[in-house]
Amino acid sequence: MNASTLLITTLSLPLFLVLLIVLFRKQPNIRETLSITFGILVFIVNLLLLESLWAGTAIECHLFALFPGLTIAFKIEPLGMVFALVASALWPVTTLYATGYMRAHHEPRQTQFYCFFAIAIFSVLGIAFAGNLLTLFIFYELLTLSTFPLVAHAGTAKAKRGARVYLGILLLSSILFLLLAIISTWHFTGSLDFKNGGLFAQVSDEVVSVILVLFVFGIGKAALMPLHSWLPAAMVAPTPVSALLHAVAVVKAGVFTILKVMVYVIGIERLANLPGTTFLLYLAGFSILVASLVAIRKRNLKARLAWSTVSQLGYITMGALLATPLGIIGSTMHIAMHAFSKITLFFCAGAILVATHKTEIQDMQGLGKQMPITMLAFGIASLGIIGLPPAGGTWSKWLLLMATVETEHWLLMLLLMLSSLLSIGYLLPVSLRAFFPATAAVPLSPAATGSIDLAPKASLLAIVLTTLACVGLFFFADAIYQLASKVV
Amino acid sequence: MSSAQLPILQVIVPLLAAPLCLLINHKLLNWLFTLLVSGFSFVVAALMLWQVSDTGPLSYHLGGWMPPYGIEIRVDQLNAFVALLITAISTLVITSAHTSLENKKDIAPGKHTYFYVAYLLCFAGLLGILVTGDAFNLFVFLEISSLSSYVLIALGRDRRALWASFQYLVMGTIGATFILIGIGLLYMKTGTLNIADLAERLPEMADTRTIFVAFCFFIVGVCLKLALFPLHMWLPNAYAYAPTVVTAFLAASSTKVALYVVVRFVFVVFGVDFSFTTIPLQAVFVTLGTLGVLVASLVAINQQNIKRMLAYSSIAQIGYMVLGLSFGSITGLMASLLHLFNHALMKGALFLTLGAVFYRIGGVSLKHFQGIGRHMPFTLAAFVIGGVSIIGMPLTVGFVSKWYLLQAAIAQGWYLVSVIILVGSLLSVIYIWKVVDAAYFKPALVNQAQLKEAPLSLLIPVWVLVLANLYFGMDTRLTVTLTDQVATQLMHIEVLP
Amino acid sequence: MNFETQWLQTFFGLYNYWIVVALMMCGLFIVITDGNLIKKVVGLTIFQTSVFILYISMAKVTGATAPIQIEQGTAVYSNPLPHVLILTAIVVSISTTAVALALIVRIKRAYHTVEEDVIQRWDVKKRRSEKRSKPFHE
Repeated sequence: MNASTLLITTLSLPLFLVLLIVLFRKQPNIRETLSITFGILVFIVNLLLLESLWAGTAIECHLFALFPGLTIAFKIEPLGMVFALVASALWPVTTLYATGYMRAHHEPRQTQFYCFFAIAIFSVLGIAFAGNLLTLFIFYELLTLSTFPLVAHAGTAKAKRGARVYLGILLLSSILFLLLAIISTWHFTGSLDFKNGGLFAQVSDEVVSVILVLFVFGIGKAALMPLHSWLPAAMVAPTPVSALLHAVAVVKAGVFTILKVMVYVIGIERLANLPGTTFLLYLAGFSILVASLVAIRKRNLKARLAWSTVSQLGYITMGALLATPLGIIGSTMHIAMHAFSKITLFFCAGAILVATHKTEIQDMQGLGKQMPITMLAFGIASLGIIGLPPAGGTWSKWLLLMATVETEHWLLMLLLMLSSLLSIGYLLPVSLRAFFPATAAVPLSPAATGSIDLAPKASLLAIVLTTLACVGLFFFADAIYQLASKVV
Repeated sequence: MSSAQLPILQVIVPLLAAPLCLLINHKLLNWLFTLLVSGFSFVVAALMLWQVSDTGPLSYHLGGWMPPYGIEIRVDQLNAFVALLITAISTLVITSAHTSLENKKDIAPGKHTYFYVAYLLCFAGLLGILVTGDAFNLFVFLEISSLSSYVLIALGRDRRALWASFQYLVMGTIGATFILIGIGLLYMKTGTLNIADLAERLPEMADTRTIFVAFCFFIVGVCLKLALFPLHMWLPNAYAYAPTVVTAFLAASSTKVALYVVVRFVFVVFGVDFSFTTIPLQAVFVTLGTLGVLVASLVAINQQNIKRMLAYSSIAQIGYMVLGLSFGSITGLMASLLHLFNHALMKGALFLTLGAVFYRIGGVSLKHFQGIGRHMPFTLAAFVIGGVSIIGMPLTVGFVSKWYLLQAAIAQGWYLVSVIILVGSLLSVIYIWKVVDAAYFKPALVNQAQLKEAPLSLLIPVWVLVLANLYFGMDTRLTVTLTDQVATQLMHIEVLP
Repeated sequence: MNFETQWLQTFFGLYNYWIVVALMMCGLFIVITDGNLIKKVVGLTIFQTSVFILYISMAKVTGATAPIQIEQGTAVYSNPLPHVLILTAIVVSISTTAVALALIVRIKRAYHTVEEDVIQRWDVKKRRSEKRSKPFHE
């Protein structure tokens, strides 16, 4: 099978799955087995694609022309490959987790949930493999629309409010700024293709600066500070959704788009010399610091994780804006590292919610006795976010730090270190207090006596898998590094 | 049947069919007959477009009198394109009419025959406006379509339909009379009524005050028909209280035809040179277009009655079209024509969806929409896709026209205008969202057991239009190539002397 | 020719247009200001009639005869075309009036009035009550 066929296969598998899910809506077991199987299949296909990418084959495919000279096209390059691999690796795991979570939590409308989940993954793959800005934009919007029902899944007034903020901000930014940026790009350069070194060779600095700012604000999914408020609002979603979409798919689609635009549309040499870049860099720095500060003050675990995400996304945006190979590589790696760590954290938060109905952090003291595996996983994943061994986050954070040093942005370097310290403050106590409670230990609930860990079995398995991946990425980070260094 | 007769068939068939309907006077037969006529017109329009694209403009001399003395029916790509659109929409609307009119809340029983008669007359009038090559003839057809649309609107069951119809009648008549004045003054100066001939003779005397006045009267008159902000007062009530089928038809066709007339006269008869340099039409259109987009969208947000909401949305969309014209560039004109086509598709789909909802629930206010999403999944899915198209999401037709409109605005360097275009589409997110929110997230107020999916005869036309929304959003070859050719031709005319 | 006479000539020479303008304004004024629907229609008709006069008066050629073929074709004829056009326009106008009057009859039956302000008051009231009320009568 040649690479282009593989590319189409990986894109169409999730869509095909939607059909199957609808078909088997009455048999939850088949429905979920199918979901997981398809997830694994997509991952395998993506691995095959990776192999052809290493072999150096150009993997491209043009579907049809939307406008004269503008086609819906897909093209695989290393950056998209990283993103697609991360998303497709985490999809089956999340489905596995969701199986446990949704059943234990007795969520309604599960078929609808799995359907939109698959569509969201389809959009993510579309974003990852998009061959030009137009295709990317289409899938970007599709992702917003398809995740909206997932966010509003609970159907409560609070869920609807959160979902409205989510949809509102994402649509506002994408329609008002991103579309404008894309059309301006098309107008000034006559091309929307991704090209190494960027498209704007003949355009004046002022214009490119404006377009750059439009892009950065237009990509609301990257949750840069003034446009971040959808992220905490979207935390009303069921945990698997928060986990996959708001730690992995949606936000990573945002930062991925930013990276892609910086590298292939603006071009990093150009970016480094633009007057607008410094402003955006410090905005990202501001975002990192403020979000960390807010996270510390949050008592609700999911809210704290959400704010931590805002802060960590700032790292990636900053890495992209530093416009050096080191920064780009660091950002690319951080997409993967942060994804695995953050999804583990969300999985744990969800497992705690399902098993003990606890959402507030102070109630989780002493939980280590009932849920030792979950809390251990939480601890390891926290290290990943902070950037300490033995978790993969160490490498990406190190590279990003080095990039600030290299470009002599000392203030930003300081900010990064400060934020890392803050993240120690807001993440580590959760698992530490679980094992070494400050107050008297909470009595064991009767259900706990029979099992080692209270989390649903399927969810626990997922947690273990992602935690292992976090640790694994520390030892085998080279593979991602090699791939990421092909980006620039 | 010789193809030379096609242009006249386009008008004469529906025109003769109207009195025949009165003779048939049978619900089902009338419906079938109207459907047949409409379908036939569609085929004729398709053939004409095909032929025009192939061999150039068709000219038919009525009664064998040579133009410019006799009345000419002249079909080029521009009007063949619009005619194809109108006949297609009409066929779909009529498909759903039979079931839709069964609803006693929509139209009084026993009035069906009048509906079909008035409908066919209106249809004939609109097609007449499109194909005629004679300015006075245009006025006559305009009045045929207007008079019959007053009747169609007055068929609504709500008594406010009568008042809306009367208001429309007064405004419409003033508009038509303005057009008549314009044509009269043009004739006075040039001594011809033939549109092509007018276009030829006008440049010589373009600087006279008479032509200036003629232009103003004519454009104001047409803009009244077009419901360009702030001359839109008649539209919301007329759309809101007319029977749903009528609303769907009028929304998708009558304003489009008025826009065609604007295009024809501004770009062909008077010429871009005259319209945009001698007369500050650009400034006027930009101001009114942007204001229309903003104000109408804001008003739409506050509407409870969805039909009214969509009516205001139509006014906003007309703002977009006029904005497209105002650029005076090929891309702008193209965007405008594309939006003409695309808007007909989306508004047709949305209003027909409302028809389906009305059929089942008996009302189309926001309250009626509450909680029906799960009971009428296909109807509401159609509404969502239509709405997404209005918003201008990619892969729907709305995106295509927005893309070109923005491109034209940026090419002109009018960044504020391009921002307003985008703000308009954000505002449409809000009003479409209100309906989606009610339909999917609010508890139903109706006895749930009674609720079921709309009948197939309503769903099929709706979904044909919805799929057209998606299809033409993805495969833009037909529309873009065609509008590009038309726009290039129209702009080219002014380059010649 | 001195200045005054030139202007007076222009003024009186274009007397047909002044009549048209005056009639047109009268008609429009009635349509806009009068609340009675019947009077509105009257105003509309006056307005339309003024345009008919515009057409007909412009067809007149000074010293010309009616366009009927006399023995020699040398006579100056008035332009017949505007008359023909106006015949059509009159038909249109009559139809409009007919539709308008028919509508007024229906409005009278439905609202029991032909006064604009009363009708509008009714409608505003109706819309308010619609906003408050539940859509379904159990």
